[in-house]
Amino acid sequence: MRIKTQTKGRIRRELDKRAPKLVETGKKTLILHGTKTSSVLNSVLTEIYHLKKGNSIKYSRKNDKIRPFESGGEASLEFFSLKTDCSLFVFGSHSKKRPNNLVLGRTYDHHIYDLVEVGIENFRSMESFSYDKKLAPQIGSKPFFAFIGEAFESVDELKHLKEVLLDLFRGEVVTNLNLAGLDRVYVCTAVSSNKIFFSHCALRLKKSGTVVPRMELVEVGPSMDMVVRRHRHPDDSLRKEAMKTAPELTKKKVKNVVKDDIQGKLGKIYIPDQKVGDMPLTNNVKGLKEERREAKMKGEDSKPTPKKQKQDAE
Amino acid sequence: MAETQYEVDLGNLLAFDAHHQFASPPSSREEIVKEALEQGTKLVQAVADALFNLPSTEDLEGPIVKLPAPTSRLPREKPLPKPRPPTKWEVFAQKKGIQKRNKEKLVFDEQTGSWKRRHGYDRVNDDNDIPIIEAKATDEPGTDPFAERRKEKKSKVEKQEKNRLQNLKQAQKAGALPSHIQLAATSLPITGTQTMPKKVSKDELQNVAGMAATSTASGGKFDKKLPGEKPPKHEKKYRKFLPAVEGSGMGDMERQQTEKVLNKLISKNSHEILNVEKAVNMYNVKREKRQRKQGGGQSSSSSKFKPNKKSFKKTSHKGSSSNKGKSK
Repeated sequence: MRIKTQTKGRIRRELDKRAPKLVETGKKTLILHGTKTSSVLNSVLTEIYHLKKGNSIKYSRKNDKIRPFESGGEASLEFFSLKTDCSLFVFGSHSKKRPNNLVLGRTYDHHIYDLVEVGIENFRSMESFSYDKKLAPQIGSKPFFAFIGEAFESVDELKHLKEVLLDLFRGEVVTNLNLAGLDRVYVCTAVSSNKIFFSHCALRLKKSGTVVPRMELVEVGPSMDMVVRRHRHPDDSLRKEAMKTAPELTKKKVKNVVKDDIQGKLGKIYIPDQKVGDMPLTNNVKGLKEERREAKMKGEDSKPTPKKQKQDAE
Repeated sequence: MAETQYEVDLGNLLAFDAHHQFASPPSSREEIVKEALEQGTKLVQAVADALFNLPSTEDLEGPIVKLPAPTSRLPREKPLPKPRPPTKWEVFAQKKGIQKRNKEKLVFDEQTGSWKRRHGYDRVNDDNDIPIIEAKATDEPGTDPFAERRKEKKSKVEKQEKNRLQNLKQAQKAGALPSHIQLAATSLPITGTQTMPKKVSKDELQNVAGMAATSTASGGKFDKKLPGEKPPKHEKKYRKFLPAVEGSGMGDMERQQTEKVLNKLISKNSHEILNVEKAVNMYNVKREKRQRKQGGGQSSSSSKFKPNKKSFKKTSHKGSSSNKGKSK
C-alpha cells in the first residue's frame, strides 16, 4: 500500500478546507454562460457576480457542451464544480426558443442536485438607478429577504425558486450579527403564478422612538422579472441524504434532571433492589472467619487424626 | 392590506408574506414596483422588530446580537463526514487513562546551560551528537555502538510508519480517510487463495474496442464512435518502400534490407544447403575405409563413395535450385 500524501502544508490546508465538514460554511457560486448570450444576460451575470463578490467565480469563456437539463450535458458542470469547489452555479444562455435564459442550480457532492430555469425580462442594471451614494450596500453584508405573494407557497415551481434564491444570496450562516451592518434587502414579489419581480434594495435605518429603527427601502441594485420556465426537483433519496444533519448536533433531552430556582439542579437517581439472598459468598468474606474459628474450636474436642508416621524402611 | 402574520425566519433574516394577493391585476410596471417596495418595507420592519429586541452586547462597531439558527432548512453541499475510528494508540491511551500532555518547545540543556529547542536544528539530546558511548558488560567487542543506535532508530521509524499505515487503512475501511491522503495499492503479494484482480489499463481497453471492431464486415470503419474514443490506429501506408535516392552506392538501409532477407532464407533452407544425412554417410564411409585399410588392406572401389564436394557450392544460388528435387 502506498500513501499519497500532499506534504506541502499549503496544499494540505487547501484540501482540508474542501473536505466535508459537520457544520457547513458558505457555498461558493460559479457563474458561466453557454454558446450564445445576449447583452442583457451578460449584464445580469456580471451584476450577480458583483452582488456576491467574495464567494463567487465568474468564467468568461463560452462553454459549448453544457446543457443542464439533458442527461449528458451536465458532465462539464460537475467537473467545474469539483475543480472550483462551488456548489451553486448560474448558467446563462440565449436562444430563440428561450431568450435570456438563466439556469440556477445546486450540486450535492459535486453532482447536480436540482435546477431552476428562469427567463429574464425587464432588466434594469445597477447603473440605471440613481440614489444617494452613501446608501450603497457593502460587499458581503448579510441581506434581508422579503418574499411576497401566496403563490410562493401554493405553486411548486415558485416554492422551489424561493429556496434556490435564498440559497444563492444568503451568504454565510452566522450566529453573531452586527446590527449596524444591515444594509440590503432582496425583495421578491409573485406577480403571477410563474412570474416574480426580483429587486435588490438598500436599507436606510431611520430614527424612531423605540429601539427598533424605521426601515426605508431604496432601490439600488438590479431589478428584473423572472419567468419560471423549467425546473427539476432533486431525487427523493438524494434529498433525504442532503438534508441530514449530524446526529451530534441534535440536542439531547436530559432525563431525571430538574432545575429548581431555590435549590438549584436536582437529579433523581434510581437504584434497583439489592438481592441479598442470592448473592454468592466467596471464601474471602471477613464474616466467615468467625464461623471458621468456632467450627475449629468445636472440632478440637475430638481428637485430631493422628499423623501417620513414616514407616522406616523395613 | 390587512395586517397579517408574516413567517419570519430570523436566522436567515427572512420574512415571507403568504397571504398577499394583488387586489387587481397590476396595470403598469411602476405599480408593481411600488407595491413591492411597500410590502417589502413592511416585511423588513417585521424582521427588524424581532431582531432588535434580541439581547445585544455593545461592541466598538455597533450592537451585536446572537442570531438563532435558521428555521428553513437548506440542503448540504457535501455529504456528512464520517467519524474517524480511534487509532491504536488512542484506544490504548483511553483504556489506561493516559492524558495528553503538550510539551514545551524549549528545553533547558544542562550541558550547555542554555535553552535549546526540543526538535530541529541544534536540539537537545541529539542522537548524532554523542561523542562517547561507554561499553556495557553485555556488549560484544566487535560491534559498533553508533551503528547499533542508528539501526535501532531506523527500525523505530519503520515501525512507526507501519503503524501509521495500519491506522490509515482502518480509517479507510470506515470511510473516514483524511482529505489530503489517498491510499493506492501498488503491488500486493499473492496471498493464499486471493490474488489481486488484474486491473486493465486505459490502453488495453482502447485496444479491445479496436479488436471488436475488426470482427465487423467492414473492419470497424463505419462504427459509431463514442465521444473521446480515438480512431483505430493504422498507418495510411500498407507497404514500406525504401527511399529512391539515398546517398551514393548501396546505402545502409538497402544493405540492411538485403542482409535481412538473405539471413532469413539461409536459415530457412540451411538444412538443404547442408545435407546432414549425406554428410553423416560420407563420414561413416570414410571411417570404414580407414578401418578396412588398417584391417585388411583390401581396397574396394571407392569411386562410388567418393565425397562429392560439389554439393557445398550450392549456397551461392540462394538455395532455390536445391529445392527442386527435395520434398521438404
